[in-house]
Amino acid sequence: MTLLEARDLAVDLAGRTVVSVDRLTLDEGETLVLLGPNGAGKTSLLLALASLLPARGTLRWRNEPIRDELAYRRRIAVVFQRPLLLDRSVRENAAIGLALRGVPERERARRADEMLTRLGVAHLASRSARRVSGGEAQRVSIARALAVDPEILFLDEPFASLDAPTREALAADLAQVLRERRAGTVLVTHDRDEALSLGDRISVIVRGEVRQTDRADAVFSTPVDPEVAAFVGVENVLPAHVIAVTPEMTVLSVAGNTIEVTAVPPGGDDFPLLCVRPDDIVISLGEPTGSARNALPSNVVRLEPIGRRVRVILDSGFPLVAHVTVSSAREMGLAPRQEVTASFKATVPHLLPRHRARPMVG
Amino acid sequence: MDLIVTGLADAVARLARLDADLLQAAEASLTTSGMATLLSVITGVPIGTAIGLGRFRGRTLLLALANTGMGFPPVVVGLAVAVVVWRSGPLGELSWSCTRQAMILAQYILAAPTVVGLTAVAVQSVDPGLRLQLLSLGATRRQAMWIFVQEARLPILTAAMAGFGAVISEIGASLMVGCNIRGDTRILTTAIALETSKGEFGAAFGLAFILLVLIFAVNAVTTWAQQRQRPS
Repeated sequence: MTLLEARDLAVDLAGRTVVSVDRLTLDEGETLVLLGPNGAGKTSLLLALASLLPARGTLRWRNEPIRDELAYRRRIAVVFQRPLLLDRSVRENAAIGLALRGVPERERARRADEMLTRLGVAHLASRSARRVSGGEAQRVSIARALAVDPEILFLDEPFASLDAPTREALAADLAQVLRERRAGTVLVTHDRDEALSLGDRISVIVRGEVRQTDRADAVFSTPVDPEVAAFVGVENVLPAHVIAVTPEMTVLSVAGNTIEVTAVPPGGDDFPLLCVRPDDIVISLGEPTGSARNALPSNVVRLEPIGRRVRVILDSGFPLVAHVTVSSAREMGLAPRQEVTASFKATVPHLLPRHRARPMVG
Repeated sequence: MDLIVTGLADAVARLARLDADLLQAAEASLTTSGMATLLSVITGVPIGTAIGLGRFRGRTLLLALANTGMGFPPVVVGLAVAVVVWRSGPLGELSWSCTRQAMILAQYILAAPTVVGLTAVAVQSVDPGLRLQLLSLGATRRQAMWIFVQEARLPILTAAMAGFGAVISEIGASLMVGCNIRGDTRILTTAIALETSKGEFGAAFGLAFILLVLIFAVNAVTTWAQQRQRPS
């Protein structure tokens, strides 16, 4: 059952369209992630979907146009990046949505306590909301949203202002709560890991445009254009030339290197873009081990540590980026100017048309 | 020097015997200024909230007018109110000339801009993100505004204190519209002026002392309330 449907929705601010979408849907029990870089228009789209920001186009609730905005807003709840708690007790904060709906005091205290318990902050119920930590405040904010039992929960980067351990703990608890609920959820984030772990479907927004909406794994494995590819972590987007197409394989030339892939050129394009994720490239010192179809003699250009991994920039006749673990890099003794072999399977790459595709909606 | 010592001694004696004129003037001051401040808060807080949070044409002009009103000369306000309540004036039928009602009206005109202006600033000091948060939780616009006022209660209390402070100490408007009638419209400030003009410095000192104590007491109570609610 489709809970919410947006058609030809566009938000204008200061005479400029900051975000637009042809069609976007949210089903019951589904978590839709709005993923994109900072300033892409994710929050504006979320606010428009929550009817908190004036927008052109139509919003439909269970297949009916939304006519009474207050009634709609009383079916939803929004958790913002900052907790935005009132100068009251934690319990009163958790119950404020119920108080606004005229729920009797005893009942709202019961439901507020239930949600505070669910979010692990029941022991703070009588404390002033000004005297809780950032992580606790965000838990209260989520409890406040859940206390009204919303049919759609909108989450606008709810972990963005938290430190890493607090964020991880809260994200795990929230994921559990979302699984238990039948309601729909719209989550705004620029964090790819968060999008993958929490989202059923992902809409990628780039420069105010919803470029792709699809299953989470599909967005990450088959991005529709170079910008989406770049944002979902496909660092290698290489201009290629189709040499031959057989029923099993497409043979490409990339800067003079022959590369075989199982993907079919989109729309019969002879000059597609070859997309390879850095994680799918294996670096070896000699001949590649395993069944990789493509092996490219390369030189290490430089190494960049990124957390527990190392980003290896290679010269394979064209620039190529691979990710290896810190221990692998150490064991192989990777260093600039070192000769290595970069290999990847034929099933790994994804082909994009050279010219930008129309936004794809799933 | 003798004049001051004699005056202070006289003041202490009057206070000790609870001089009737002194008590009456104190009561009249509290009543008129208290009522004017109350009316300013009742009308000024909603207006200030609307100006502070609203998005309508002329909002900045209204705020500028309120800020200008904070500096109204009391004698000009007194003159305007005296003309309005004069027998042949627009409110002449009310027979408010030389009454406490006229004094309250004049003091209200002096206090209200302060309450409006400072309330607008107070509600603007509340995190603007709270508005969207409240609307998203199902608040009507009126409910959201009321919660904003509650969140800004401490600076609004300051606005009320400032309004009270502006009128309890003024003399020009009250003298012009109240006529300084003994036992009725004579308040502490007008009584001090009268006693000073007669050379009765003891009485003037006593009245001044009571005025200062009243101002301190009112501010002490509101400051206590403010600090009690201040988030730790």
